[in-house]
Amino acid sequence: MELSDFWFILIAVLWTGYLVLEGFDFGVGMLMPIIGRSNKGRRVVLNTIGPVWDGNEVWLLTAGGATFAAFPEWYATMFSGFYLPLLLILVALIVRAVAIEYRGKINDQAWRSRWDYVIIGSAWVPSILWGVAFANLVRGVKLDADHQYVGNFFDLLSPFALLGGLVTLAIFLSHGAIFLSLKTDGEIRERAEAFARKASLATIVVAGAWAVWAQLAYSRNTWTWAAVALAAVALVGAWFSTLKGRFGWAFIASAVAIVGAVLLIFGSMYPNVMPAINDPANSLTVDNASSTDYTLTVMTWVAVIMTPVVLAYQAWTYWVFRKRLSMEHIPEHSELTFFPKRKTTV
Amino acid sequence: MDALELARWQFGITTVYHFVLVPLTIGLSILVAIMQTAWVRTGNERWLRLTKFYGKLLLINFALGVATGIVQEFQFGMSWSEYSRFVGDIFGAPLAMEALLAFFLESTFLGLWIFGWDRLPKKVHLLTVWCFSIGSLLSAYFIIAANSWMQHPVGAEYNPETGRAEMNDIGAVLTNNTTLVAFPHVIATAFLVAGTFVSGIAVYWMVRKHREDADHPDVSMYRTAARFGAVVMILAGVGVLITGDLQAKLMFKQQPIKMAAAEGIIDTEQPAPFSLLAIGNLAGDDPASVRHLIEIPGLTSYLATGDWNAEVTGLDQLQEQYAERYGATTPDGETIEYRPNLAVTYWSFRLMIGLAAFSAALALSILWFTRKKRTALPGWMRTLALVSLPMPYLAASFGWIFTEMGRQPFVVAPNPTGSDEIFLMTQFGVSSSVSAGEILTSMITFTVVYAVLAVFWFRLIQRYSVEGAPEVEEPVVRKDDDQSTPLSFAY
Ligand code: HDD
Ligand code: HEM
Ligand code: HEM
Repeated sequence: MELSDFWFILIAVLWTGYLVLEGFDFGVGMLMPIIGRSNKGRRVVLNTIGPVWDGNEVWLLTAGGATFAAFPEWYATMFSGFYLPLLLILVALIVRAVAIEYRGKINDQAWRSRWDYVIIGSAWVPSILWGVAFANLVRGVKLDADHQYVGNFFDLLSPFALLGGLVTLAIFLSHGAIFLSLKTDGEIRERAEAFARKASLATIVVAGAWAVWAQLAYSRNTWTWAAVALAAVALVGAWFSTLKGRFGWAFIASAVAIVGAVLLIFGSMYPNVMPAINDPANSLTVDNASSTDYTLTVMTWVAVIMTPVVLAYQAWTYWVFRKRLSMEHIPEHSELTFFPKRKTTV
Repeated sequence: MDALELARWQFGITTVYHFVLVPLTIGLSILVAIMQTAWVRTGNERWLRLTKFYGKLLLINFALGVATGIVQEFQFGMSWSEYSRFVGDIFGAPLAMEALLAFFLESTFLGLWIFGWDRLPKKVHLLTVWCFSIGSLLSAYFIIAANSWMQHPVGAEYNPETGRAEMNDIGAVLTNNTTLVAFPHVIATAFLVAGTFVSGIAVYWMVRKHREDADHPDVSMYRTAARFGAVVMILAGVGVLITGDLQAKLMFKQQPIKMAAAEGIIDTEQPAPFSLLAIGNLAGDDPASVRHLIEIPGLTSYLATGDWNAEVTGLDQLQEQYAERYGATTPDGETIEYRPNLAVTYWSFRLMIGLAAFSAALALSILWFTRKKRTALPGWMRTLALVSLPMPYLAASFGWIFTEMGRQPFVVAPNPTGSDEIFLMTQFGVSSSVSAGEILTSMITFTVVYAVLAVFWFRLIQRYSVEGAPEVEEPVVRKDDDQSTPLSFAY
């Protein structure tokens, strides 16, 4: 195996980490009104990801940075080619970070509910757009001989890509509901469990249809049928576990389904990193998009040493905050109102 | 405006904005870590109150810092794709390392710190805030290493087959001498910003509390904070001076045309004076009109070389030298202007240095008026404190504007002692597949979103500052069996 192949795999791993972790963050964001309902309920929901969402997001930054370092041509073509969808994702991520942090800072109903809209909306947008982006990678895009993207914005919105958007949406919703079932107690937990049972069934249908379509129409490799099968088994397993009330297993199964999806996406492109549909000769491949061996070697050392360390302390965080949350854990709003009360005259 | 100009504006706007937030995060995270350490070691409650007070402000700032940083990470690919292709083999490495070594550390441990007050034993909890601060320092190091490579490319060679720069020595990239002086300069800047912030707010409160009740214990708590910040400012200020001087000397060798522009030296001079005030057409089309009204003889020679009598080459001579070495015209036949925008470089350099005077004045007056347990500050100090607050921010922004615009027309400036092929004009770095309309859309979007968020950021910082240090209770670590007690902190 060449180093560039190794890096292709590693980037797939980073995306898996991102989709598994931020997948439930987005799910939690979307479900905040549905499962949380009251202000306190929303706070229970939001605080399940409170200590961890920021660290989860760094998987995306690492995937981006690793793509830049290992496959500069891929990084350059993909991010300039997907300019407008990426802009939407970025705006969502910007306002999301601020909304989560600022929501509780002022004790005012209007203030909170406005930020709630932001948190919810900024979870929906990327949940759909990531699927659209990945589906376009699977399908291929129009590239010229210099590997420049020559399609336009609407080329990115094929039916296949839009269905891909629904797939990530469905997976994140059910993944998020399963996560909430594991992390909450009381009425919130009941609602989350009920939602998880329905959502994971719907996910099987949407994701299954897309996976078969992807495999039949676009995969360049037959072995990716194995990825389709893995994802299918895992999705069914997740649904089944929710029916049995085994949410720990359901979470693992839903994470495995995401692993299957990433395997399918990356496997179906290989050896391309960005297939060209207009002329396969224009495709960016693992070979022609990669950095030099020297850079890849350096980065391999860094990744091999640091990834386990990161995993270790992130796992520790989940351990520290392992307790389920319920209504009684949420403290009163002790935060300030918008304008200072006049205390004493100065 | 074409795509190039728009992409430059967009990069400038988003990056300057990001860097308004960055220095406070870096400096304040360490100052808060020191406050918390003081509390753990002395058990004195006032340190805990200060930790919580400034910690809250730190969080408000951090959220926006993270949000704006994400844009930076992707912007190189989005609007500077040709730049990314040219430098990716080298430049991507520090960026990926930053994410893997620094961002994970920062974000994960910040979560542990905010939510961990009642979950972690005291000392472990203290460790989390230190890990967070170290993460922010590391992040600064890697990004400055990436930036320094654009100022002074080392550890790379040119591959004529692909037309790209390729890395051959990561050690050289990470220990670039430009990085080794820029990093301490930026970190010292961060402490200057944070020290001014801590003191500025504390002075405001000292004056206010003292008027209400001169013997209130809070007065002496804020006095502690004000003096702490003042000491930080003094140390940071000295650090900024020393490292700034080292940078100038290095820049004179590495980017002489930037130095000449900063000083408005049109024609070679020996010895070269330091100009304090210049008039005339600094934009460069009519160099003959530039007149220096106030000058300190020989100072530029000294800044550049350490010798009061050294010769400093002027812009016109350098333009010829650059044209000879790197080409007089672009492939399209346009003449290349190697002289950066004179007005911007000249004034931003002076503003960077000059605006720090406010912090110096604030620090010295705090130390003077609070000497020997004194707590009565004159009323004008409250004004001085509030006016000083934004100044180091502005100085830092001008520092970056100087560094980055002084590098034009290059995005990767050539290394005079390195390969003559490794350099890139800014105009060849912009994405070729992105239209001006798309960049205009994103530029307007970012600007509007950032402007709105800035209002909230400012209001919250202001609101929490005006509320003052909270009353605190000694944190109690929860056991697994006291399940139903509320969390000490929740969103
Ligand atoms: C000198 C320091 C410095 C400089 C020059 C920059 N940053 Fe920055 N950045 C930080 C110092 C920092 C920080 C201290 O680590 C941040 C700042 C604000 C914050 O709260 O964390 C951060 C946050 C931050 C984040 C979010 C990290 C997270 O989620 O925790 C990203 C992706 C970037 N930055 C990327 C960049 C890029 C691509 C830059 C180049 C244009 C850049 N930053 C300039
Ligand atoms: C955070 C502090 C920084 C600030 C305030 C800053 C500011 C600026 C400004 C004002 C410009 C526009 C210059 C012009 O167009 O004339 C610019 C350009 C640029 N800077 Fe920075 N910069 C910072 C850090 C960095 C870092 C750390 C990097 C790389 C790692 C970087 C890479 C670039 C690039 C690629 C351009 C675009 C090309 C150009 O227009 O010159 N900058 N920056
Ligand atoms: C006597 C005082 C100072 C001197 C001689 C000095 C010198 C310099 C020089 C020569 C550069 C450009 C480096 C380059 O382009 O390669 C620079 C950049 C910069 N300066 Fe200063 N500086 C001084 C004070 C300050 C102050 C007070 C601040 C902020 C509070 C500041 C913040 C910055 C920043 C943020 C940069 C850009 C980052 C970098 O390239 O290091 N400087 N300074």
